Amino acid sequence: MTLPLDHDRELIASNVSEWLARHEAKEMLRFITCGSVDDGKSTLIGRLLYDCRQVFDDQLEALEAESKSAGTTGGKLDFALLVDGLAAEREQGITIDVAYRFFASDKRKFIVADTPGHEQYTRNMVTGASTADVAVLLIDARKGVLTQTRRHSYLAKLVGIRHFVLAVTKMDLVDYDRDAFEAICDDYRDFAGQIGITGWNAIPVSGLAGDNVTTRSEKTAWYDGPTLLEFLDSVEVDADADAGKPLRMPVQWVNRPNQGFRGFAGQIASGRLGPGTEVRILPSGRTTRIARLVTFDGDLDEAAAGQSVTVTFDDEVDCSRGDVIAAAADAPEAADQFEATIVWMSEEELLPGRGYWLKVGTQTATATIHQPKYEVNVNSLDRLAAKTLALNAIGVAELATDREIVFEPYDSGGTSPNRVLGGFILIDKVTNSTVAAGMLHFALRRALNIHRQHLEVGRETHSTLKGQKPAVLWFTGLSGAGKSTIANLVEKKLVARGRHTYLLDGDNVRHGLNRDLGFTEADRIENIRRVGEVARLMADAGLIVLTAFISPFRAERHMVRRMLPEGEFIEVFVDTPLEDAEERDVKGLYAKARAGELKNFTGIDSPYEVPEQPEIRIDTSAMSADEAADFIVEKLLGRR
Amino acid sequence: MLKPLTHLDRLEAESIHILRETVAEAQRPVMLYSIGKDSAVMLHLARKAFYPGALPFPLLHVDTTWKFTAMYELRDKIAADSAIELIVHKNPEAQAKGINPFDHGPLHTDMWKTEGLKQALDKYGFDAAFGGARRDEEKSRAKERIFSFRNASHRWDPKRQRPELWSLYNVRKNKGESVRVFPLSNWTELDIWQYILREAIEIVPLYLAAERPTVERDGLILMVDDDRFPLNGEKPKLRKVRFRTLGCYPLTGAVESEAATVEEVVAEMLLTTTSERQGRAIDKDAGAGSMEKKKQDGYF
Repeated sequence: MTLPLDHDRELIASNVSEWLARHEAKEMLRFITCGSVDDGKSTLIGRLLYDCRQVFDDQLEALEAESKSAGTTGGKLDFALLVDGLAAEREQGITIDVAYRFFASDKRKFIVADTPGHEQYTRNMVTGASTADVAVLLIDARKGVLTQTRRHSYLAKLVGIRHFVLAVTKMDLVDYDRDAFEAICDDYRDFAGQIGITGWNAIPVSGLAGDNVTTRSEKTAWYDGPTLLEFLDSVEVDADADAGKPLRMPVQWVNRPNQGFRGFAGQIASGRLGPGTEVRILPSGRTTRIARLVTFDGDLDEAAAGQSVTVTFDDEVDCSRGDVIAAAADAPEAADQFEATIVWMSEEELLPGRGYWLKVGTQTATATIHQPKYEVNVNSLDRLAAKTLALNAIGVAELATDREIVFEPYDSGGTSPNRVLGGFILIDKVTNSTVAAGMLHFALRRALNIHRQHLEVGRETHSTLKGQKPAVLWFTGLSGAGKSTIANLVEKKLVARGRHTYLLDGDNVRHGLNRDLGFTEADRIENIRRVGEVARLMADAGLIVLTAFISPFRAERHMVRRMLPEGEFIEVFVDTPLEDAEERDVKGLYAKARAGELKNFTGIDSPYEVPEQPEIRIDTSAMSADEAADFIVEKLLGRR
Repeated sequence: MLKPLTHLDRLEAESIHILRETVAEAQRPVMLYSIGKDSAVMLHLARKAFYPGALPFPLLHVDTTWKFTAMYELRDKIAADSAIELIVHKNPEAQAKGINPFDHGPLHTDMWKTEGLKQALDKYGFDAAFGGARRDEEKSRAKERIFSFRNASHRWDPKRQRPELWSLYNVRKNKGESVRVFPLSNWTELDIWQYILREAIEIVPLYLAAERPTVERDGLILMVDDDRFPLNGEKPKLRKVRFRTLGCYPLTGAVESEAATVEEVVAEMLLTTTSERQGRAIDKDAGAGSMEKKKQDGYF
């Protein structure tokens, strides 16, 4: 095969406009390459870039110099050095993250996600695969189909990739042996069948020598399939498949430059739209028609999946960021409980019951994940029982959101996955890092059938009748800090002033409502969640609720705060130095914890996360319990 | 029937999506405007993203006082548009010390650009800054996320990047942290040129070849853009040159060229054999990995 830019040079020199017109019409294909540290992956990509003339002379000079000083090819050009980007990984000789590369052939422009293959980096592979049409799996001809090949295939399939190509590398090191190649194909065929991969090809290559990468090799005369580049040039892309599906467009941004214009901006996830298209706005369900398709270059008659547009409606329907504009006759569902596959991407493991931010399309909600139904061993594909998911674990779990989410099953068996309304990320509420990615399977029926009962007598009525503003005074602090003592005093003082109160005490709740819970991290979270729900119900009934729980984690306190209307959650931090609390040790618990008889004891072998901005902070070394109680009562009754 | 989307259509749609997502989720976004061709494309995409509204964020030019005159001219022309708010920041310390590229070497870039940028972001409390960097520019850029997090001291930690899946971007951050957003991450140099051509975007004329007064320094052809250039009696030579990238004029090498139109520039670029950053002295400061080091220190 002729090298792309070489045969074009004449046309570029004589009529660049013509060449540009041809280039502009090229399609885009995104693929990932997966393989382990020494499969020759970087070498293969370096070779593709080099052969497609994406390497300039000055880069080549630098490469020659580096090949001599840092290369592993005995002074020959080490193509791997072209793509191993970061200084840290050059030293270690490994690729540590997803890197993106670009090159073009006659027919297509390519974006390559270069993803590392060793075990601890599952998350990088899933990241790279999430936007790819094709997966190129590298297999060392000397080693054959390894566990990691299976793992990569499974992950790529999981993320919805439909086209696979095995690049059997280092063919030069097995003397271009046909039998070795065919044995690998036979092995893979069995495995691919097991996990439902139907479309795959295998190509014998050598990145170092350049065989069958962009040019057909004489050394593999027995092979009559395409070169790697020919394959990438001709494989069918799903990119336009989305245009054939029903209309979905998540609203990103409402554009209101003046009173006379209200446009809804977003990228069309699937289907097409134009003036007159009947649409349904979700989750409200209101219907209207598209009035205009507004762009900087003038109004359009039609737009399709992939385009970023701004639309206006025929009438003034409510619509804001997070809503989905869908085909009126074929709209997706909304639900608040789901089953999903989750890929855990954080060092800190999943805490079932804890609230995470869930982002799907342009919607963000708080989601709690149940204990996983099972974890998948990505090497054997066995399903294992699991209590949580650790870094790089993949599992299936149910999850609940605090509001309805408009969604589609990620994999509904169509020609392309529903990436936009089926793929989600989970974000830790404290660190804000992306801790997981997931794919929604389906809504759980209980969410569909249990409708929230509309109550005739509302919380306003309850609180007006009691003549007070409800609140939850949430006392938090170390064991022995004096939470219960102070809370009791506060309640007495409030009752003396004719207020309606209720004190929820940690120990008492443990004897009844929460007696099924232990002291593991997950149980402690569930303990707080239940107490939070009870406190919320009581606040709805118009009461001033006092709770005394260590509640050591910011995320859980934040979860309860979010259950209540703005201003009704009052965090009271009873601040006592650990030494003081330990010295007091009213219940003798610190002594037990120090002796190792009590596990997960806050302050000893389990952390206490200090409130960052409590409404009230009580410094127990500066005031007595009684003074503290007066201070709190004053603050509470003094609020607006 | 609609024509299938070309790669440029897809890049445009992706960039617009990124711009809108940032504006929807950040508190106080800003667009770093360097007046170069990538900035010109990024600005054009922003106008498209928020049309018919005005830009919902200001442009920030971190000025070193050593840019080409023609760059200042285009910048001021852009700023004259009533729909655009331009903020110009010059590091007062660099100004007071008279830091310049002739006497201070790498310190010039460090104080004017790196420090100047940090100052400006802190001063105005911007929590998201759009930059025109592309992944094809340089090896360490190839691994950077589209949404790249910086801690409160503006440092980039390549090992603590957030995974970026699908078109879902996590814009959340803690107080003091900020995010650099690169809407052009997936564009190549050729895409930029082709888009400039397709959309007829105005660029600084220095990108096109013309006769200009030049001298040679350390193997680079430099343009004598004003009388601050120490010539020591040397007479600048008129050469027909153009620039592949634009920065501080004493640090930006020109290439001899006949390409006087964008098409001709593209033709020269495709037929040439040296990479885009070659005309830049900045990458050569500390050998391999120097850009990565700069970015960890907070350089854009």
